[in-house]
Amino acid sequence: MSATVFEKSHIGRCGVKLPKSEIKHAKALDDSLLRHSDLGLPQLSEFDVVRHFTNLSKKNFSIDANFYPLGSCTMKYNPKVQERAAGLDGFANLHPHHITNEDTDAMQGALEMLKILEDDLVEITGMDAFTLTPEAGAHGEMSGIMIIGAYHKKKGNKKRYVIVPDSSHGTNPASAAMVDYEVITVKSGANGDMDIDAFKAVMSDEVAAVMMTVPNTLGLFNPKIKEICDIAHAHDALMYYDGANLNAILGFIRPGDIGFDVVHLNLHKTFATPHGGGGPGAGPVGVKKELIAFLPDLRVGYEKEKGYCLLPQSPVSIGKVAPFFGNFMVLLRALVYMQTLGKEGMINVSKKAVLNANYILARLKEHLDAPFDTFCMHECVLSAATLAKEYHVRALDIAKYLLDFGFHAPTIYFPLIVKEAIMIEPTESENIDTIDEFCDTIIEAIALAKTNPKAFEDYPKTLPICRADETKAARSLNIRWQER
Amino acid sequence: MPYTPHTQEDVQTMLAQIGIEDESELFAAVPEALRAKSFNLAEGQSEFEVFETFKALAAKNDTAKTCFIGGGYYDHIIPAAVDALSMRSEFYTAYTPYQAEASQGTLQALYEYQSMICNLSGMEATNASMYDGGTAMAEAALMAVRITRKKKILIDSGVNPIYSKIVKTYLAYHDLEVICLDVTGDQSSMDVALIDESVAGYIFQNPNFFGSLEDYSAIVDALHEAKALAIMSAYPIALGLIKTPGEMDVDIYCGDGQSLGNYLGFGGPSFGILATKEKYIRNLPGRIVGMTDDKAGKRAYVLTLQAREQHIRRNKATSNICSNQNLMALRATIFLSLLGKEGFKALAEQNYHKANYLKEELAKIEKIKIYNQNPTFNEFVIDVPMTSEQFLSQMREKGFFAGLKLDALYENFDNRVLISVTEKRTKAQLDAFVASVKELV
Repeated sequence: MSATVFEKSHIGRCGVKLPKSEIKHAKALDDSLLRHSDLGLPQLSEFDVVRHFTNLSKKNFSIDANFYPLGSCTMKYNPKVQERAAGLDGFANLHPHHITNEDTDAMQGALEMLKILEDDLVEITGMDAFTLTPEAGAHGEMSGIMIIGAYHKKKGNKKRYVIVPDSSHGTNPASAAMVDYEVITVKSGANGDMDIDAFKAVMSDEVAAVMMTVPNTLGLFNPKIKEICDIAHAHDALMYYDGANLNAILGFIRPGDIGFDVVHLNLHKTFATPHGGGGPGAGPVGVKKELIAFLPDLRVGYEKEKGYCLLPQSPVSIGKVAPFFGNFMVLLRALVYMQTLGKEGMINVSKKAVLNANYILARLKEHLDAPFDTFCMHECVLSAATLAKEYHVRALDIAKYLLDFGFHAPTIYFPLIVKEAIMIEPTESENIDTIDEFCDTIIEAIALAKTNPKAFEDYPKTLPICRADETKAARSLNIRWQER
Repeated sequence: MPYTPHTQEDVQTMLAQIGIEDESELFAAVPEALRAKSFNLAEGQSEFEVFETFKALAAKNDTAKTCFIGGGYYDHIIPAAVDALSMRSEFYTAYTPYQAEASQGTLQALYEYQSMICNLSGMEATNASMYDGGTAMAEAALMAVRITRKKKILIDSGVNPIYSKIVKTYLAYHDLEVICLDVTGDQSSMDVALIDESVAGYIFQNPNFFGSLEDYSAIVDALHEAKALAIMSAYPIALGLIKTPGEMDVDIYCGDGQSLGNYLGFGGPSFGILATKEKYIRNLPGRIVGMTDDKAGKRAYVLTLQAREQHIRRNKATSNICSNQNLMALRATIFLSLLGKEGFKALAEQNYHKANYLKEELAKIEKIKIYNQNPTFNEFVIDVPMTSEQFLSQMREKGFFAGLKLDALYENFDNRVLISVTEKRTKAQLDAFVASVKELV
């Protein structure tokens, strides 16, 4: 069943008929310019290919078929109208080099779409302008830190460090390192927030930026956030907002109002664009007025006579971080979703995302450890520490058990500061019936752990594979098909 | 609300379980002073209304003219099966395959993708995709710096100038030197005398941005002699015909995968290809899929070598990349499976022959000069007896997007246009193009 497409190949098959070529052939290229090695592609009919990939698709969990409570990943429903809009010929087949050709007539609709999106994101976040170019959250983080670097360079500030809390996403320190900053990690206090005294102890004039996720990766809102902003600003450090968890706060909080200078959004999370098994995403970056000049190329403007146009690149811009407007078609899908929701719909998204998460917390906190005695925002972090200690059943075991019942596993072992963490983010899309079934299944798993912990060695039992040998995968590396 | 299922009754049940009266209590942790000062958005609309808005926007874009624009983004065929399969929601609404047991479909497809990219390029190892060709090139440059521990990157005169800019942005924050070689013609202006012990890597593109082909094998040898790495960018369709990165012994291959079954989409999403030799795999950023066994000895696929990545290694990771362009890589895998060995070779050849037919026909026009001295694959540059702006705008009136204006990217290129021809262009279209150019000049 798991035969590769290469093993299904038969010499002489082909799945495509090419267009006619009625022209006289050009003279052959010199041998030194030509390929001599075998192409090594499989040979199949169209139907062979369709059956192969259709069967592969059946070996996946997906949001359309399964509850996907992956904390911090915001796997919400992706409305189908997005795909219909993205399929419109005027978008799908639009050549990006109209930008280079400065042929604004050919791309008025695309530029208008981008301008509407930028204006909406500005209003949603309380920032002053956005770049739409970054192609994923981490790409946005890197671009944002570059903007901060350019700002300090212009002011002649000598800065070496970026501060991140120990609960941050791995991309935060990795993005700071891409811009050659040294990372200072600040530990969290008992309430799950960055420890304010530990923060003050490392804050100095050499700090370029403080990267915060709000609400944090424990799904908690830090009430001291304003104080942190003020301390950072007193040292001319800029405040960076990781918008991965924006789904919790639409219409309630705007990063710009609190005092953040730079924010990136993950449109594939908050604004429901399909994540395609790992990508694409889109990571627009918003900034305050003082930073607009440093935004990367390209940006859209509007002039009364010319209509929508491209703004000239600012002399202090960080330059290009991607060709053209990054993942344009992802931006388009996000705007479709935003326009469908509108103001009330967006506020309702956050209300229901937070309601669902707290309902799960309320149902499970008697059964698992609840490290923080408080309401959560859009996701809740529980822990299997007691279960692991008393019955040797770990967060991973619970995760694998859930798979067998058709639930994608929650995020486990993240954030790193909670032992045996199980991080559940239901999103607003899920109904109470599904959530109840999910909670019941976890409660059943815990009951089983107490009576027959050994049973967990075998889960999952009903999926295409049981637990995979990851050590073997890394030790005897096989990352491409070779005829043996 | 079509995307939130909660009835009044559901909400009451949930509030009771939580032990509160009203949803607003859940937001009590947010002090009043920090609440949003404004949230002035339009009202929500029906699906029908929103789609009408987007239809109207799409209608303001022009995709109706016959396209001869290339420059890294190409108007190739996309078989219907690519859309049908990649639009299966089991693929497009899945998340990153962290839970291998629930993601064998995505993982196996990515393993097949990696295999095809290695075969196509002659490289030994690749990841499950980068964002695009430009960021892949920047990551390739950073890889060369990490591997050689040297600080100078040379970028050839024939490299896509948009990609060079991205490389410069990425490298600007490290103590590195990036030198872009001056354009002296359609060929590479590389001189082996530039290769000394300080060079970490040299980036070249074949076919280059002007469409010209060269054999870089001798330069690659010289680089290796100086313990520097060779980084080659190539448009993957060309690899069906031309000498591969592997055959030139390059160390890192990068490129953009739009041409492999992905729509132009105003530039994105496409995906980036980054491939290397096996000995450099621990320096490769991004996700990598490996084949292994499950506990029962059955074939299984997993994400492997994750200790290179940000979620494990944080600031010591090979890169910050997390989301990639997986769905676009899947489209490429389906595209390559459909074309297969024979079809892909024939596709590359058709591009070569059709483009060279147009080049030869245009060369017969007295006032048109072909800029390329070297042989070309499916793109070439012409000098027109007017500004490129005038040429393109007059050709637009005749129904053509006639090419890419090069003066926006190069100095003293006021009358140069880059023309690209794919398999989609018919003989009738090529002849009509020639006839229109004749009328103009």
